[in-house]
Amino acid sequence: MHRYRFVLFRPLQFLPVLFGISVITFVLVRLIPGDPARILLGTRATPTALARIRAQYGLDEPMWAQYLYFLKNLASGEMGRSTLYKIDVLPLIATRIEPTLALVTMGVLLSLAIAVPFAAISARRQGRAADQAVRVVSTLGIGFPPFWLGLVLILLFSVTLGWLPVSGYGETLGEKISHLILPGLTVALSLSAVLTRSLRAGMIAGIHSDVATAARARGLSENAVFWRHVVPNALVPTVNLLAVNIGWLIGGTVGVESVFALPGMGQLLVRGIFSRDYMVVQGVAMTFAVATVLVNFLADIVTVALDPRVKL
Amino acid sequence: MIAALGLPVRRRPMLAIGSALLLAFLLAALLAPWIAPFDPIAQDGSIRLHPPSLAHPFGTDNFGRDVLSRVIWGARIDLQIAVLGVLFPFLIGTAVGTLAGFFGGWIDALFMRLIDVILAFPFLVLMLSIIAILGPGLTSFYIAMALVGWVSYARLIRAQILVLKTQDFAVAAQSLGFSRTRIMFRHLLPNALAGSLVFVMSDAVLVLLNGAAISYLGLGVQPPLAEWGVMVAEGQAFITTAWWITLFPGLAIVTLAFGFSLLGDALGDLLGVKE
Repeated sequence: MHRYRFVLFRPLQFLPVLFGISVITFVLVRLIPGDPARILLGTRATPTALARIRAQYGLDEPMWAQYLYFLKNLASGEMGRSTLYKIDVLPLIATRIEPTLALVTMGVLLSLAIAVPFAAISARRQGRAADQAVRVVSTLGIGFPPFWLGLVLILLFSVTLGWLPVSGYGETLGEKISHLILPGLTVALSLSAVLTRSLRAGMIAGIHSDVATAARARGLSENAVFWRHVVPNALVPTVNLLAVNIGWLIGGTVGVESVFALPGMGQLLVRGIFSRDYMVVQGVAMTFAVATVLVNFLADIVTVALDPRVKL
Repeated sequence: MIAALGLPVRRRPMLAIGSALLLAFLLAALLAPWIAPFDPIAQDGSIRLHPPSLAHPFGTDNFGRDVLSRVIWGARIDLQIAVLGVLFPFLIGTAVGTLAGFFGGWIDALFMRLIDVILAFPFLVLMLSIIAILGPGLTSFYIAMALVGWVSYARLIRAQILVLKTQDFAVAAQSLGFSRTRIMFRHLLPNALAGSLVFVMSDAVLVLLNGAAISYLGLGVQPPLAEWGVMVAEGQAFITTAWWITLFPGLAIVTLAFGFSLLGDALGDLLGVKE
């Protein structure tokens, strides 16, 4: 079990990063010119509300003291109040996590469902027409703007064919899934372009590896060698690639949520920017950053679980 | 390196197609006033939402503007986004990476921790947060890009410098008594640049997509300027009746991005760089 000891110690290494995240989000909002109390509460704030937030965040004190107030508020789960939605930021964000999480999950699952077969076709016919076609398509796919691709899919599957809803999220599980298919596909098509390239390289290396040669020597068919030995080994680095790209993936969901009117965190961020709801912007940025750190940690655990040789 | 770039493009289809695509967009951008058939922002109420025809190959939008002319003029802004959005981060990142890799110690540790923190934020989220503070616009986009984008270049260059500075030619330069600045910028940096040159191309794709996405969200280039992301956003309301307003600017983004990707892959092969 000592291979998993990093699970206990790795979180300690996160402390400097978490500290940095808090400093950056703190500084971001304090850089806005003007009276911070008015910036946080909006132009129509009452004098009593202004006085209260000055006291709560120590806005009359020096910058380092303000940062300590900020940390103290954060520790008690206090991230301020949204001027647009008139509720606290933390519960507001909590209601928006589900659509974004569901979108990212849907995107990752669909992209694996697309990337694995295409990478397999490509790797097993290396240098031939099918391989060239997959390589061209995946190079092309990296350049697809998610927001535009979403609109094209809406035009195709919702407007022309009428198969899937145009936008929104729905109430029941079935409704939610049907509303997530097109946004998920939008995210997946961009992501699968990246995954296919990496998986193809991993599979080609695997086909020529000692493991595969040994399996062939034991009399396994080429199909069995490929699917039992080559593919699982090629998937290990893909987990890491997904984790490294999680920030990029989350960024992509911001545009996709806007196109499909999904009530997720990305939409909350964009609305917050337009309405100068800085507490919301700060809260969403911080939540996304902490989520990214967590995903990378989880990816480390999965990598160790999948590959007995890896030690962290 | 220059010799490698001068190699004939025959039997190198990626290099040929990639360069041709970029050249085509560059010409469209430079010659926009002469080759665009119509004024990109002149409105004409009598030809609103016309489908593609001989007079208007890409159709017209809800203000009666010619979509083809707007796509051509859009090349000016979107190429500028891709070039400047890469240039500033490249310069800052290269400087930081060279210094951090060469001097090591606390300078290196400080920058590496800063990079860890910036990388913890999803790229677009941090960009949007900075733009939220600076206010919407292309200038804000470039500033945000410079503040966030340099980290990848710094990491790439630093890793190269760390390897290069222990090699014989660097040690020789040192024993000849050359100044540290000279060793850093004349000996180490030129050798470290090959890898980041390939990365520049794939980064240009991401910068282009980000710039268009931010403009699509209404936080970058502002209407009535013809920029492809703005055009997609303007066409969204008419997607059911006038698909051409949305389709063509998106295809322009895909094609330009394809050009950058192909050139990046070709350069990677030529220079023997693995991504």
